[in-house]
Parts: sequence; C-alpha cells; structure tokens
Amino acid sequence: MTEPVLSLRNISKRFGAVQALSGVDLDVPAGEVLALVGDNGAGKSTLVKTISGVGPPSGGHIRFDGREVHIGRPQDAVALGIATVYQDLSLCDNLDVVNNLFLGREPRPAWGRALHVLDEIEMERRSVELLSTLSVRIPSVRIPVASLSGGQRQSVAIARSLLGDPKVVILDEPTAALGVAQTAQVLDLIVRLKERGLAVLVISHNLADVFAVCDRVVVLRLGRNSGSFDVAAASQEEVVAAITGADTVLSGAGRAGRRAGLPATAGEIGEAGLPGGSGGAADAGDRGHQPEREPDPSRAAGPPDAPGSEGPGSEGPSPKETSL
Amino acid sequence: MNSLTKNAAAGGGAGPEVDPRLLVAEPGLRGLVQTAGARLRAGELGSLPVIVGLIVIWTVFQTQNSNFLTANNLTNLSLQMAATGTIAVGVFMILLLGEIDLSVGWVSGLAASVMAVLEVKHGWNPILAIVAAIVVGAVIGAFQGSVFAVFGVPSFVVTLAGFIAWQGVQLKVLGTDGSINLPTNAITKLTSTFFTAATGWAVVIVIVIVYVLAQLVELRSRVAAGLRPRPPAEIGVRTATIAIALVVAVWVLNRDRGLPLALVIFGGLVFILDLITRRTAYGRHVYALGGNVEATRRAGINVRFMRITVFMIGSSLAAVGGVLAASRGTAVTQSSGGSDTLLNAIAAAVIGGTSLFGGRGRAWSALLGILVIQSISNGMDLLGLDQSIKFIITGAVLLASVLLDAVARRGRQAAGRG
Ligand SMILES: Nc1ncnc2c1ncn2[C@@H]1O[C@H](COP(=O)(O)OP(=O)(O)OP(=O)(O)O)[C@@H](O)[C@H]1O
Ligand SMILES: [Mg+2]
Repeated sequence: MTEPVLSLRNISKRFGAVQALSGVDLDVPAGEVLALVGDNGAGKSTLVKTISGVGPPSGGHIRFDGREVHIGRPQDAVALGIATVYQDLSLCDNLDVVNNLFLGREPRPAWGRALHVLDEIEMERRSVELLSTLSVRIPSVRIPVASLSGGQRQSVAIARSLLGDPKVVILDEPTAALGVAQTAQVLDLIVRLKERGLAVLVISHNLADVFAVCDRVVVLRLGRNSGSFDVAAASQEEVVAAITGADTVLSGAGRAGRRAGLPATAGEIGEAGLPGGSGGAADAGDRGHQPEREPDPSRAAGPPDAPGSEGPGSEGPSPKETSL
Repeated sequence: MNSLTKNAAAGGGAGPEVDPRLLVAEPGLRGLVQTAGARLRAGELGSLPVIVGLIVIWTVFQTQNSNFLTANNLTNLSLQMAATGTIAVGVFMILLLGEIDLSVGWVSGLAASVMAVLEVKHGWNPILAIVAAIVVGAVIGAFQGSVFAVFGVPSFVVTLAGFIAWQGVQLKVLGTDGSINLPTNAITKLTSTFFTAATGWAVVIVIVIVYVLAQLVELRSRVAAGLRPRPPAEIGVRTATIAIALVVAVWVLNRDRGLPLALVIFGGLVFILDLITRRTAYGRHVYALGGNVEATRRAGINVRFMRITVFMIGSSLAAVGGVLAASRGTAVTQSSGGSDTLLNAIAAAVIGGTSLFGGRGRAWSALLGILVIQSISNGMDLLGLDQSIKFIITGAVLLASVLLDAVARRGRQAAGRG
C-alpha cells in the first residue's frame, strides 16, 4: 500500500449533545477505492463533511499528501483537490445544468480573465461532453436542475465533482437514486478514477457494489471505527457483523470465527441493522466503550436524509430497501 | 479539462444524445410563439406583465389627461425615472440574493445630503462631492452587508434599522436649515443636459449595430463549438423589438429637448449591471446564492464576500440615485429619499420580473418596472390626485406585483422549474 494521500487521525465531531464522531481514523490511498460503510446515523456523512470543509471536525488531525492541513472551509478542500458528492445533493435549482456543473470554477476566456467573464460556450460544450461520457441522459443542458428527476440530479452532482481534476473524490451514496444502467456507469467510473491514480472514498449501503469495486472497506459504527477489511480477503458476513456490532471487531482483515445467529445473507442486513435486532441486544456488554446513544429507529428505517420532497428517496421504496 | 472526457470523446465518438422527450420548437416565427406560450404557462412571465401594465396605464392616463403622452411629459417621465430607476437596479441585485434592503431610500437621501453639504458648505469640487456621496453609499452597504453576512442578522431587520438610522443621520447632516439648494453646476447638469437629435440617432444606431454583432458572434461561436444556436427568427424578433423601442423613444425625446444625459447614465448603469449579472462568474454566483446558499457555499464560493459586495453595490446605486434626484430637484431636503422612494424602487424591481424569492430576474426588468411605476406616479401628478390616493395606489401596485411574483413562482414549481 502506498502512502495515503488523505489520512485522518482521531477525528471527533460534536453536535451539541450528540457526539457524532469520536476518535475516527481513516487512510485513503491514491489509486485505491476505499468504501466507508455503516448503519444509518453511523456518522459517515458527518465524516465526509469534516473532510470537505462543510462541517470541520471538533478535534483530530488531517494530513493531505503527507502535510498536516486545516480544512476549515469548502474552498480549502477544493484547493487541495478534494471533490465531494454530497448525500443531500448540493445543486442550485434555479440554475441550469451547465451552470451547476461549473459553479465555483467557471472557465474564463483569455480576453476576459481579469473581469471574470464567463465562457458560456466552453462551459456548455464541456458539459455536453462530460455528461455523454457518463451516459447521463437529460433533456437539455440548459434547463434548470429543478426539472430533473432525482437520479438525473444525482448524475449531475457526480459529474460536477469530476470537473476540477481532483486528487481525491468522495462519493456519499452516489448510486442511491440511480437506475441500473446509471449505477453500472458510476461503478465503472469509480474504477476508471482509480486507474487514473485518484483516491476514491465511496459510501454505500450496497455491499455487493462495495465488494465489486472497492479495495478496502472501513466500517463506522455509532461514530467510531468498527473494523477495516481487505475486500480480497474478507467476506460480506464479516463486514455485516462489524456494521451491526454483532462482534466488536476493531481491525483485522479476514478474521474468522463469527458467533452464531448472524445474518447469513445480504438480504437480512436491513432487519438485523435495526436497534434491538438480533445483533444489537446480544452484545451490549461488549460495548462499554461506545456512546450510549443508539441510532434513532425512525432514522434507521427511513430513507437517507433526502433534501425535502424532491430528494431521491421520495419516489418508490427507499433506495436502501432495494439495494440490500 | 481532465483526460476523462477527452478519452471518452475520442473513444465513444457519439455526439450528445438528444432526449426524445424534449420538445424542440419548430423553426421560424410559429415556433417562437409556441415557445413563448409554453413559458407563460410555466410561470416564466418575463416582461409580459410590464408590457400589459404599460399599455393599460398609458391608455387610462391618456384618456383622463391628453397631456400624458406628449413629448414634453414623456421627457419629464424619463428624467424622473432615472433617479428611482437607478435605486431599483440596486434593489434588483439584492433581490437576486433573495434578500431585501429597506434602507435604500434614506441611503439615497443621506448620500445626496453629504454631497450637497460638501459642495455648498465646504466648497468641494462637485465631481468630488458626487464621488463622496457614492463612497458614503458603499460604506453603508459594506456595514449593513457585514452585519447580515457575518452575524447572520436577517437583512430585513438590518436594513429596517438602517431605514430609521440613516434618516436620522440625514437630518443631522443637513443641520438646522433642513434643506440645501444646489447651484447650477456639474451636479445639476446631470439632469438638465440633453443631446442633439443627431447624437440621439447615433446612439440608437450604435446600440443596434453592437447588439446585432454580439448576436452574430455568439451564433458563430456556438455553431463552431457544435452547439445548437439560438434560432435566427428569435434573433430577428429580438433585434427588431429593441430597434423599434429605441427608435420610438429617441423620436419622441427629440421632439422635445432631446435625449437626456440622465437617461443615458441610467441606461448605461442598467447595461453594466446586466453584463455583470449575466456574463461574469461574480454575477452567476449571485444567482446561485439566490437559488441555494448551502450549495453555493459547498461549491467553494465565499458567501460572505458575495453578500457584502452585493449590499455595497445596492447602496452605491442608491447613492447614485440620490445624486440624480438631487440634481433634478436642484435641492436636498429633509425628505429627500423618503416618502415613496423605497416602495417605488422595490415595486419597480419586482414588477419588472425580479423574484422576491431570489435567484431570478434580469437587470433590464428594473428599467421596464420603473417605467411602469413612474408612469403611474407621473400620471397621478398630472391628474392632481391627493397624496393620500397616491400612497394607496402605490401600495396597491407593489402588492399586486409581489402577488404576481408569488403566483408565477407556484406556476414554475408546478412546471418543475424551481
Ligand atoms: N447538523 C447536525 N446536527 C445535529 N446532529 C447531526 C447533524 N448532522 C448529523 N447529526 C447526527 O450525527 C449522526 C451521524 O449522522 P450522519 O448523517 O453522519 O449519518 P450517516 O452515517 O451518513 O447515515 P446515513 O446512512 O443515514 O446517511 C446522527 O446521529 C445524526 O443525527
Ligand atoms: Mg449519510
């Protein structure tokens, strides 16, 4: 494994009375795809926001390219070369697709650089090009994103992250709202990003996808590291166990010897993941070090934090139910 | 561009896929009419309310008083428009953010007062006094913008405080006399200078030629980049509309005193703000903030800087408006910038199609909006209506324009256009 391009140590984050993250470590090596998994409310999105500058950590250290860095604002992350696709999609409804893609990094023609003149034509040309690479089908790049479907919006958000030539790409549940073909495209894209030497951090609830494209899986549980697995050597069951807390594996790829009664197939994860399910109560004694707070059952069962009624989770069954 | 898209463009080769569900307008005028109809139904009212409003208002006033549509009165109208219209352009910028500035009226009065005191009492050069007035506006904008952007106090409250406070400062600045008359000089010339008929026509010709050239350059580069160009019929209709409007305006103005300098200043400011909002990254970020503040912040845009500078632009334009108003009135009084100045400026911006909800509108809409508002005000003056009636009508017009905005917004949401 190469020296990680992004490395987090002892990251903590509080929201008032809620200790959302405590002592989280994470290494994201270049040329690898790292998956971050965990139950609803485990702190995955919070961790992403500490890296992207949207919600800086309350404590801990971040190293980027071997240097200690402070990411206090989104600009800092962008300047370092960290591109993020947020779970709650961050698009401006009133702007068209082109302007959303280039928001904050608009190309400027040589003659108008000092005046910050926009190069609309270059923007539009590159947008069309980029979207067709990603097989994104939208009626027109000049319509406001308000009129796109949830999956189309997500595709735009993903395309957006690739424009700035980033070194690290973070995708928070990138396929949650996508159709079959678009999901395959995104997974394919993740692999291509890795082949280009980028570091990719993917959050997903779909272990099949995770095992298909990722090199390592890091599990968060109740705001703490709960395991780190080498995909080549680990089984889905082990990862599930770490997610649900059925066994407090702190580290160690490919360990065997699970306790009985664990969900054997991915299909049972949803049920086992609920607090008070088969895994939760059984090992209460093992978790003396963990916060006493349990994930809120309503959150755990519901769709991801979808932005308002237009979110990807609002149509049909929750993406998690379908993916697991 | 990163190599990703290049690879694919080279490898895939397929052009942009056109979604079969996208309704492509028929070419020619028929298509234009269809597109316009669809837009209206979707709540994209554009300039339509203004044009309908203008026709109704002008017809009503003309039937009541046949002096209304004379060259002389229309020239006066254009002079009256310039001051409040300039303030309205500033309000337009603030509304784009989805914020409001209730202090613009008194800021305009205070800036004019500072100018008058510096010029008349301290013997400053008139140009320097004007610059000082604009600086006063910019500083006030920076202050109010900072309180809003840094401390998160709602702009409504900050500028309401300013509404009272700047009025007080204006009383202080003007001192015991309460009013200052301006001597005839550079300041009063701003609104009493008229161009010759030939210059007026030259301005029209230059504007139309520049407009057509700009459209053709854009057409060519879009075609060169393989993008769908704007339909030639649309370019033709737009050019014809602009040309006719300009020709009629200059023809009318030339029959009286000629094209007023004040109108050129106002039109120039609108043009500059239109360029800033539509053609620069800065302007695009203002729209973005009006659409989704958090998304804009996550895109790495300095939200504080944007907010503070937009408030500075708003207050600076208010100051320019105050200077123009003082120039036209040849005096600054305790009530300069008071009364219905604020309401008229906001109503002008909103009636022109700038949304109070942020992120929507064009600088030109402030020009059209002030034309409507000032026509009402001018017409009511001609009819000699009582101040009470004038206030009631102005209030009703503002309410009607925001109602229209709210209804149009619902139409847009139903049509999935945010
Ligand atoms: N802005 C906030 N204020 C207060 N608490 C928050 C905030 N954001 C997140 N939290 C809390 O932090 C915890 C972690 O939330 P987070 O969004 O990181 O979960 P997640 O792992 O991304 O879950 P999901 O799979 O549902 O997306 C939750 O208990 C949540 O309630
Ligand atoms: Mg999340």
